[in-house]
Amino acid sequence: MSIVTSLELLPLIGTVLLAFLPKGNADMVKKFAFIISLVVLGVAGVMAYKFKTNVSDMQFVESRNWISSFGIKYAVGIDGIALVLILMATILVPVVILAGWNESENGKWGPKTFYSLILILETMMIGVFAATDVFLFYVIFEAMLIPVYFLIGGYGRGERAAAAMKFLLYSLLGGLLMLAAIIGIYVIAGNQIGYTFDIGALSTLHIDSLTENFLFLGFFVAFAIKAPLWPFHTWLPTAAKSATPGTSVLLLGVLDKVGTYGMIRFCITLFPHASKTFTPVIMVLAVISILYGAFLAIGQREITGLIAFTSISHFGFITLGIFAMTSQGLSGATLYMVNHGFSTGALFLVAGWMIYRRKSTHIEDFGGLQRVTPVMAWSFFLAGMSALALPGLSSFVSEFLVLVGTFTRYPVAAIFGTTGIILAALYVLIVVQKSLHGPVQEGNENLPDLNLREKVAIAPIILLLVVLGFFPKPLLDAINPATQTVMTHSGVTDPAPKAGK
Amino acid sequence: MDISYYLYLSAILFTIGAVGVVVRRNAIVVFMCVELMLNASNLAFVTFARINGNLDGQVASFFTMVVAACEVVVGLAIIVTMYRSRRSASVDDASLLKR
Amino acid sequence: MTTSSHLVYLIALPLFSSALLLLLGRVADKWGHLLATLISASAFAIGVAEFIAMHNRSGAARAATQKIFSWISVGSFKVDASLLLDQLSICFVLLITGVGTLIHIYSIAYMSHDRDRRRFFAYLNLFIAAMLLLVLGDSYLNLYVGWEGVGLASYLLIGFWNQKPAYATAAKKAFVANRVGDVGLSLAIMISFAQFGSVSFAGVKAGAPHASKAALTAIGLMLLLAAAGKSAQFPLQSWLGDAMAGPTPVSALIHAATMVTAGVYLITRSNFIFDAAPTARLMVAIVGGITLLFGALIGTAKDDIKKALAASTMSQIGYMILAAGLGPVGYAIAIMHLLTHGFFKAGMFLGAGSVMHGMDDEVNMRRFGGIGKFMPITFATFGLGYLAIIGVPPFAGFYSKDKIIELAFNAGGTKGWILGIATLLGAAITAFYMTRLVVMTFVGAQRWDEKAHPHESPILMWLPMGILAIGSVASGFLFNSGNSLVNWLAPVLNANGIEGGKELMKPAVVSILALVAVIIGVGIAVTKYRSNVPVEAPENVSVFTKIARRDLMQDAFNEAVLMRPGQALTAGLVKTDHYVIDGLVRLVGAIFLGSAKGLRRIQNGYVRSYALIMVIGALALITTIWVVTL
Repeated sequence: MSIVTSLELLPLIGTVLLAFLPKGNADMVKKFAFIISLVVLGVAGVMAYKFKTNVSDMQFVESRNWISSFGIKYAVGIDGIALVLILMATILVPVVILAGWNESENGKWGPKTFYSLILILETMMIGVFAATDVFLFYVIFEAMLIPVYFLIGGYGRGERAAAAMKFLLYSLLGGLLMLAAIIGIYVIAGNQIGYTFDIGALSTLHIDSLTENFLFLGFFVAFAIKAPLWPFHTWLPTAAKSATPGTSVLLLGVLDKVGTYGMIRFCITLFPHASKTFTPVIMVLAVISILYGAFLAIGQREITGLIAFTSISHFGFITLGIFAMTSQGLSGATLYMVNHGFSTGALFLVAGWMIYRRKSTHIEDFGGLQRVTPVMAWSFFLAGMSALALPGLSSFVSEFLVLVGTFTRYPVAAIFGTTGIILAALYVLIVVQKSLHGPVQEGNENLPDLNLREKVAIAPIILLLVVLGFFPKPLLDAINPATQTVMTHSGVTDPAPKAGK
Repeated sequence: MDISYYLYLSAILFTIGAVGVVVRRNAIVVFMCVELMLNASNLAFVTFARINGNLDGQVASFFTMVVAACEVVVGLAIIVTMYRSRRSASVDDASLLKR
Repeated sequence: MTTSSHLVYLIALPLFSSALLLLLGRVADKWGHLLATLISASAFAIGVAEFIAMHNRSGAARAATQKIFSWISVGSFKVDASLLLDQLSICFVLLITGVGTLIHIYSIAYMSHDRDRRRFFAYLNLFIAAMLLLVLGDSYLNLYVGWEGVGLASYLLIGFWNQKPAYATAAKKAFVANRVGDVGLSLAIMISFAQFGSVSFAGVKAGAPHASKAALTAIGLMLLLAAAGKSAQFPLQSWLGDAMAGPTPVSALIHAATMVTAGVYLITRSNFIFDAAPTARLMVAIVGGITLLFGALIGTAKDDIKKALAASTMSQIGYMILAAGLGPVGYAIAIMHLLTHGFFKAGMFLGAGSVMHGMDDEVNMRRFGGIGKFMPITFATFGLGYLAIIGVPPFAGFYSKDKIIELAFNAGGTKGWILGIATLLGAAITAFYMTRLVVMTFVGAQRWDEKAHPHESPILMWLPMGILAIGSVASGFLFNSGNSLVNWLAPVLNANGIEGGKELMKPAVVSILALVAVIIGVGIAVTKYRSNVPVEAPENVSVFTKIARRDLMQDAFNEAVLMRPGQALTAGLVKTDHYVIDGLVRLVGAIFLGSAKGLRRIQNGYVRSYALIMVIGALALITTIWVVTL
């Protein structure tokens, strides 16, 4: 059994054990879930340690027949891209559990259900990045919606049921299109090489260009909804406003990355020609997302809505980098996925604590927090600085790589994207000024600062933001061979410098 | 005589039965119309058996009769129960499914 | 090239101390300022040691490099975190750590009553670290990290008293204006990479001769945009006045001596780009010319002593940028003016801080007057800085500014005349507003409240002022004797003799012209402000004064052209998102709900209607099959 499979099974086993815990003891449930997630993180760490960065093939592969009459397999394996995303997910889960210790209190159901859902979600988050069988990927892609649906609908705030429904329907629509495309490519595979869902085998097919375009669109729209790209984005702010902070972190930090991850793993790998055909359109959508998300973030009144829209802007950057099809763009986009997980995660967690204390999500209700709660204010500030990609913090490296990679092939898109950094400064600094600076607002005088548990939860994330800003090399070393494989497979090379030596 | 006349008769009987089911309110009459439709189809079965020269249609019509008999038992029981509780045999009075 | 192994400490020490002070919190309140000052002083010591070592090496061996670690490596995009200390950066290292240390010392006293003094010193050290990274980075990307790092430090320090909303807004404004410039720097780096496949100074320099004019001009203009943002040059200058919200030592260190001059550093460092792109270089000179007049005009109308000095800074940096836009030797002259300006402007800002310290944080010069009697040391040091900035021989400003005026006239043709007259005019206006400032503050009648008790500041404050005053006196002569600074910088700046060689005016003629301009400026100011300064700013002034008071309408312009439309666009987009995009989504939902409602009517509960639907369905089915098989 591959280490990937054991990694997937661990949280699942944890869920089963969780069911046997005594019912009334919420604290024990929380501690147990936390320990399980730490164990998972430990195993993920071992996996990362064993990972060979000089190999460009999938590693830790495992393949078993699942539904053999359709050629469906349980096939997993990871390359650098999957590795860093799995690491990010496994780091975020314990942080989320620790940070949102009380999140399960206002739910329809008890903490047991809450933590079971989180652990099941963790299994799926690992599985979705590790799957090398398209059908397996699809099943997890859709099944992931269920725990999130219940996490938003059962434990959120405000109109949580409506938000959960909107999220579910949007995602199902995308999933349906993808299913059609999957069946399409399966049939084509049957005609050419025999019925299979293996990504490696499928990427060798010869598909006529019209069909390829349609199949590409089926996948792309699903991922564009997931990621989310303008104009498929409206479910995200609704969901983020209603979900608990921890759910939001997992939703924006990890689940949405399945969209951008899918663009690399499926859209580009399976349909390289269609990807090139649609690149101009996608570039335009990505640039619109960057600027539109930023403008809307500036215009938000709720802190959760603001963070959601900044993410839409950031997903625009990621998409831009992916479809620029340069090694800097692809590696930068992958690194961006990881960094965005941490920086938005930090923003959401701190915002969650602010909201929990102030009992309001409106930005204007905060003010002067730097005087009252310095540690919380500093955490928010640093997370915000990471969101505006301040050099020295991790997101700068990825954002710059994306832009420079895009510039070498599509300078106009890169120029428009670059102006996004002004807007980023605006949306971060406006919320920082309104919530942290200025005189202490009425009602904020006695807000308590972060307690030890919260400090312990946020510290590793902020540490990662700083360390990866100066030392992104380990991640890039893992990512580079994988993105190189993608580029080689698509038959593209980096543009050469224009001024020859 | 042309054998297709049996089929025409069957069709007419079926149509009369169908119209009866739709327009009549009395449950007993509706029930009888259903029986008429069943018998119309029986007639068609038997005719087709004759045309094809095998016994499949005949067998099918026996099945239909058995099912119809069962149906009579259940159906009449329902109608009687309904009449007891509502003092009416009108099918329109039993529109509880709306809610 | 020499490899060095201890350049990194220049940056690591203040960075570490800054992080330590921030993380320890109140525990470090007692000794935080001492640690920060000590660290800054030791950075200065390292700088001096490096300078001596460099001086003892010769030729190409003078420049030292250190590779710290491999930072980013993706495909052909390889950037190491490595440092480069050459003749140009050592000037900055000494200026930053030297003036920085003096200002640390000054701040110990100046900030002694502030409960957040430790935090202040942590920010100062953060600034020192970032600024050193800016001048020591060996590639544009490393420079960029420092570039935004100083922006962050500047933001934190301008907003140090951010409980006042106006101060927090000023900090935000500075950061955003800087970000506009950063777009320029980002794009310049991207173009460099696309053109040369490298973003290091050495790589770009090697590739520059092979690149097209258009590309080089684009890089040059983008670098100019970056410089304009950081150095408060037209049209991105409006943040500098508001930046005076920060504590005065900050204004002295960041917004006078060091950070705002980073733009000049960027342009001189990129001399190989500008030398090959004359259009871009001309734009540099034009922007410098516009700003030097712009700043000077604003300076004439400000009553706030710090804002007047800020306007002056803007104007003086205009001089530097203009010089940098005038060719190889101009880079060196720009650096010379930058260094002398670092001394006298920092000194004057500290002097202004000292006055504020004695006058209960009053900044309105109309409420000063005759303070010189009560604060003799402040007056003396400020006076020396004043003589330096207006360019009285033999003070520092005389040497550097006269060289710039001379260069401008000698640029040749109409360009030379226009720039020359602009610099000369600037000199006259500088003399006017600086005299106005000194007269209103230090001499004349006392116009302050009875409550104020002006007193001389403690030694920790006047000592740094004194040292800077010595610099204001001696530095110009030192840099100019035997052309020492130009020769020192020549290997980096490629400055071998004045370009073109055509001398329109002899240096002596320029000096006399400049002196005449200065005397006119001083004369007007003295007659106008010697007596009769109203305590309230008069309202019935000419329209020009009104415009100058409002920073030549730059804020109004920004507000009308950028801010308001931006806000309208934001509000419009929020509505669009809600009503159009999400509206469409909700419309789809509504369509399904509506049709479901319609279809529900069919389910009326009547058996007969169900039967009818069944019949219709069966008929439809049969018809379909019939049609299909037809």
